[in-house]
Amino acid sequence: MNYRRLLKGGLAAVTALAMAACSSGSPSGSSDSSSASGSSDAAAAAFKLGASGPTTGGAAVYGNAVKNAAEIAVEEINAKGGIQFELNFQDDAHDPEKADTAYGVLKDWGMQVSMLTVTSAPGQAVAPRYDEDNILAVTPSGSSLAVIYADTTNMTGAYGNVFQMCFTDPNQGTASADYLAAHKDLGDKIGILYKNDDNYSTGIYEKFVEEAAVKGLDIVYEGSFTSDSETDFTVQLSQAQEAGVNLLFLPIYYDPASLILTQANSMDYAPTFFGCDGMDGILSLEGFNAELAEGLYMLTPFSADATDEKTVNFVKKYQDKTGETPNQFAADAYDVVYALAQALEEAGATPDMSASDICDLLVPVFTSMTFDGITGEGMTWAETGEVSKSPTAVIIENGVYVGVE
Amino acid sequence: MKKNANVFSKLFDEKHRGRTVSFLIVICVYVLIELLQAAGSLSSLFKSLLVPACCYIVAALGLNMNVGISGELNLGQAGFMSVGAFTGICVSGLLAETIPNTVIRLIIAIIAGAIIAAVMGWLIGVPVLKLQGDYLAIVTLAFGQIIKSLITNLYFGFDENGLHMSFVNNNVKLAPGGKMLINGPIGATGTPRIATFTIGVCLVLASLVIIYNLIYSKSGRAIMSCRDNRIAAESIGIKVADIKMLAFIVSASLAGAAGALYGMNYSTLAANKFDFNTSILILVYVVLGGLGNMTGTIISTAVLLVLPEMLRGLQDYRMLIYAMVLIVIMLVSNNEALKTRFGKLTEGFRKKKGAQ
Amino acid sequence: MAFFSYLVNGLGLGSVYAIIALGYTMVYGIAKMLNFAHGDIIMIGAYVSYFLLSYFHLPLAVSVLGAVACCTVLGVTIERLAYKPLRQASSLSVLITAIGVSYFLQNGAQLLWSSSTKVFPSVISNGALKLGGVSVSYLTLITILTCILVMTCLTLFINKTKTGKAMRACSEDKGAAALMGINVNHIISITFAIGSGLAAIAAVLLCATYPSVYPTLGSMPGIKAFTAAVFGGIGSIPGAFLGGLVLGIIEVLAKAYISTQLSDAIVFAVLIIVLLIKPTGLLGHKISEKV
Repeated sequence: MNYRRLLKGGLAAVTALAMAACSSGSPSGSSDSSSASGSSDAAAAAFKLGASGPTTGGAAVYGNAVKNAAEIAVEEINAKGGIQFELNFQDDAHDPEKADTAYGVLKDWGMQVSMLTVTSAPGQAVAPRYDEDNILAVTPSGSSLAVIYADTTNMTGAYGNVFQMCFTDPNQGTASADYLAAHKDLGDKIGILYKNDDNYSTGIYEKFVEEAAVKGLDIVYEGSFTSDSETDFTVQLSQAQEAGVNLLFLPIYYDPASLILTQANSMDYAPTFFGCDGMDGILSLEGFNAELAEGLYMLTPFSADATDEKTVNFVKKYQDKTGETPNQFAADAYDVVYALAQALEEAGATPDMSASDICDLLVPVFTSMTFDGITGEGMTWAETGEVSKSPTAVIIENGVYVGVE
Repeated sequence: MKKNANVFSKLFDEKHRGRTVSFLIVICVYVLIELLQAAGSLSSLFKSLLVPACCYIVAALGLNMNVGISGELNLGQAGFMSVGAFTGICVSGLLAETIPNTVIRLIIAIIAGAIIAAVMGWLIGVPVLKLQGDYLAIVTLAFGQIIKSLITNLYFGFDENGLHMSFVNNNVKLAPGGKMLINGPIGATGTPRIATFTIGVCLVLASLVIIYNLIYSKSGRAIMSCRDNRIAAESIGIKVADIKMLAFIVSASLAGAAGALYGMNYSTLAANKFDFNTSILILVYVVLGGLGNMTGTIISTAVLLVLPEMLRGLQDYRMLIYAMVLIVIMLVSNNEALKTRFGKLTEGFRKKKGAQ
Repeated sequence: MAFFSYLVNGLGLGSVYAIIALGYTMVYGIAKMLNFAHGDIIMIGAYVSYFLLSYFHLPLAVSVLGAVACCTVLGVTIERLAYKPLRQASSLSVLITAIGVSYFLQNGAQLLWSSSTKVFPSVISNGALKLGGVSVSYLTLITILTCILVMTCLTLFINKTKTGKAMRACSEDKGAAALMGINVNHIISITFAIGSGLAAIAAVLLCATYPSVYPTLGSMPGIKAFTAAVFGGIGSIPGAFLGGLVLGIIEVLAKAYISTQLSDAIVFAVLIIVLLIKPTGLLGHKISEKV
């Protein structure tokens, strides 16, 4: 009996696995794509745009932002005629392992160009695969250097076909140190509170400390937290307060930052808070008391309150679609799709080309073109894949972003 | 001829059936997949699942040794995987120039991972195995969290001047040409992906050999007797703590080997991959496959790993469906009414067959 | 002085852990199962009270009651559908089912209410009580008091009422309790109802102190509270209370005086050491085995 059951189970598993192996090889996988293209004949002449990001789990908020924004951009571009896209967004749950299988799914689907991944760690895992298979990828928000370099210790071996739409983490660290060195009136005793197990946060932190030493910034307190302890910040805040910190640098995302602002407020501790692009989105948190963010500085390439036509249009569409205000992840994703469209147009690529041919055509275009998007004007890309755009400092006044020098 | 028949009957007798079947399944699946791969009809998605499947199977087999055979709940299997993975990455990184052959390097890395994880298992086991039941479970959970936290704060690299290591604050300054092997929260990056499916299957087979040899040995019987009745086992002179330690170390070292293979399969790996959720995931594989049932573990791991990928078509609903599948499987497999009905059916089938 | 303010912070954090741990420990004591979905019931409680407060603008007391009612119904429903059919199954099968329920609730919440963080409205005034140089915020004070109140009520309920007596009987020996005419299934349902109700109260306290509501909100406090319950001796109500407080204090002090990076490792290391010295937790009873 036991043996019979074992055998049956085994047979069932073998058949199931075999079926899985074969069925996913067939193009049936494409039926689950979150296709944004309209008619079927349009899809036939559309570039297959792959992307992966977390739409489940703790980091889902970033993946969903990118997914929604990319869908909006694809709809707009497809409506214009000309270059057509078919978007397939796969869930990777912010896990390198899942990102690797998501890459498999996308490749089976016949992806021609890609948005890589939303977050850095999965991006680092799949970037070598894109390199091997020679598929062009532009990540909206994978800001770690390891996304574009094979050897991050020596900053060598750039993949060359992986580009970033966001600043790299070290760039943000440098830019923040530069800004604070130029504006010593904001605060002369600097404290840092960073997320220890997150590579975005530690990437900025390490570079900032290095640059601060060069530029003579006085760092009097360094504190950290982890994803397992990102609720209670009272200890770190009281230590900072005791150390006399009057400018607290927060190279973290906006959700823990909102808690830090709340807790500092309840302790009657009011240093100047200074954040990076991850801070953008704090005002759109549902239920957040905007008064707490009053006087918060951040370096960000995008603000949802900008009044230029492109941003206003995007913010409106995003709000109609999701009921939420887009954050910097969404804005970067929107730009990625437009940048890809521009590059494909300039390169004269057609949807019947292979992914590798498209990549060979696009790389020289990408490194030579200039792109104007909602996260910056006149962006260019280096051959390593790094973007050059200038972060602008904004301050929150009366609940809105105001640009500052 | 008679001798052959004897060997065959020994392979399929009551005692050894499970072992034979699990080996057969692994080998058949391997041959099938290799054939498909040669024919070029294997999808990229499926290819990317092969090595992780082997890793999780080995880790789950180890855990089944602990949970099923030895009867101790372990919620920190991912911690041992983590130890093995980062040991393997470091060993492989350091030997990259000395041993250019990737297969040999991979095997050395796996063995190193297994050894260090076993040492860890021993260190933890000495005090911990005095505890019982859920207290042991919570200590293994705590261990997993501690390992995650420690590796997140570990910086380890090498250059021509030798090894450099620092803890909590990154003070490692490498000479040009050096390589950072573990970079704190960023983890290991730029690891050459040298794991292959063949090595993975060999590791699964090796684990099966180790586990079955242990189960069928005197120590194996002692382990099971401790599980079934600790007091009775003690009374016939079995040293419960020692014998449980054996199972615990085997389990830890298999997890270490699995971790090393896993680490070599991705170019990047951070310590927070091996968190509580991963431990739980492996436990789910074991329980669903049946406690003490190695074949079941292999099948359930493979199926549960493939299932979320097959559910991708459901988009946002897939993890919801996955959760429901888990619950329903548990409910159905423990439902007495269904069990007896199924039993009767197979019995009826048997009788019919006998009558013919 | 700084030490005392850390201590008070630790007490506040510990009280939240304690109140979650009470739910864990009750369910464990009576049903002998690790209910890993407990943290996610807290999450549901947090969402329900968030919507009642922010969208319907109900007063705090009503919102708390609403959340308690919702969580109680949810807890009992889960118990009926998912755990009750497994009464005779191995404890591991129940554990896996609980994990399934936990995944289900998390993903369900994400689909229903999106993954974006929502900020819990501030319900308790921000002021602080000055006690000779140490300021204790009202919030912390209320959290600690609520926790003590809940624990006292629970202890009285368990020790003085007939249902409480039946619960104790079930936790000692279900078979014997059934022979004495106690409806064991009924008692287990009541336990789940109480545990889930407590989860709702914990949710409001948790979110009042740390005002972020998101689908995975419950998992980390859940694990920590589970640790706290074991720390104090699982199954023991004063133990859960003590375990929660001690855990909170250790966490805060470790952060303050040793390392913010390693505070989690330190908390768990202390747990291991305590269990090695006292293998049944701080207040757990050793049940001698009979041959």
